[in-house]
Amino acid sequence: MPKVKMPRSSPSMDMTPMVDLAFLLVTFFILTASFKNPEPVQVLTPSSTSEKLMPENSVLVTVSPDGRVFYTVSGYEVRQKVLMRMAEKYKIKFTNEQIKEFGKMTSIGVSMQNLGKFIDTEPSSREKFPSKGIPMDSTNNQLHDWIQYGWIEGATKYKELKDDAEAAGREMQGEPLRFAIKADGQSNYIVVKEVIKTFTDLKIYRFNLLTNFEKAPTE
Amino acid sequence: MAELNAGSGGGHKKDGKVRAKKQSTRVDMTPMVDLAFLLLTFFVLTSTFSQPKTMEITFPVPPDNPEVEVTRVNGYTFLLTKDDRVFWYFGAFKEVPENGLPATELKEIKFGEDLNKFLLDKNDKVVSEIKALRKRRISKEIDDTTFKRLSIDAKGLKEAAFFIVKADDKAVYKNLIDLIDEFNICNVGKYAVTDIMQSELNLLNKVTTQ
Repeated sequence: MPKVKMPRSSPSMDMTPMVDLAFLLVTFFILTASFKNPEPVQVLTPSSTSEKLMPENSVLVTVSPDGRVFYTVSGYEVRQKVLMRMAEKYKIKFTNEQIKEFGKMTSIGVSMQNLGKFIDTEPSSREKFPSKGIPMDSTNNQLHDWIQYGWIEGATKYKELKDDAEAAGREMQGEPLRFAIKADGQSNYIVVKEVIKTFTDLKIYRFNLLTNFEKAPTE
Repeated sequence: MAELNAGSGGGHKKDGKVRAKKQSTRVDMTPMVDLAFLLLTFFVLTSTFSQPKTMEITFPVPPDNPEVEVTRVNGYTFLLTKDDRVFWYFGAFKEVPENGLPATELKEIKFGEDLNKFLLDKNDKVVSEIKALRKRRISKEIDDTTFKRLSIDAKGLKEAAFFIVKADDKAVYKNLIDLIDEFNICNVGKYAVTDIMQSELNLLNKVTTQ
């Protein structure tokens, strides 16, 4: 009986297409991923079945579990302009460097009086800065002003972009300014209510509550 | 290994000429592939799982003169309090018996299945309407946009039950979200979050301290 000879091929194969594909995907994910900004506090949002995505262009108020309130608004230029307006209102001087630095910062949770010191702190040690949250009691409602100026500047920026796009005949990129509240599930409802009240006082009645996604029960 | 370069010595041939070693142009790509896939995995995992979702909510515009506060509510009121407890009552709040109707009593309901059943039951008109619409969409009778429009109409039906959410100072934010989420699941379109009244607070305190 003749022996059946198996063709002796090398067990290795050409991996080039696989590498190509892998790197293509890596590149794609690097380019599309937007890194999460470091948050001043860890906030665990409650879960809901809502599938709407978080608005990209927003005034975001964060409420920590211990009831402190943080504020941020999207956009490097917008943040700088908001700070300039706030500085004018509270008669606090900021240097150009401080304003630039503020543009790069994420959520802040200090009063206007301490903001200068907070900006000067090294980014790495900002977490340890004693922040009591933005004051929002009726006599000293700084959150109100932050939201108001964030709203004005955010809307102005959006309009500028829209006009530019229209002038150039392009399609509008980006979305209009929205208002979002990111509160910890365990934070007291009263604090959230105060934040909501600050919004409604400004005649803002529609906003987004950030949640984690949870699968809806099937019917 | 991409290619093993074994046994191709390429050294001295018989004629004594020194030939350059003929090396394979292939490089071992395994480590590169490893790295590429490692990065790929990292980006896939970080980009899809950290996407925060939001729930859009509209708060009622406060009435021009709060004096005429509506007490003739013909709906269900939920009261949220500590330890994730929820109470509810129907209709207007009555501290004392009025017009032959007994004073308001609070009934407790549990989050989860109980609440879900309760809402589906009270909101059955809208739920059945939406179910019918969904069937029509599956049978391709109506398209997606029509379905969306009709289901919004259905949620706003005049006969649909109305729900009010109030919370005391001991409730946590999670309770509110859970309740609103349950509304969304049960197709409740008519709901509002408002401030709690002192009389309700008193009754709630009495019930919870029992």
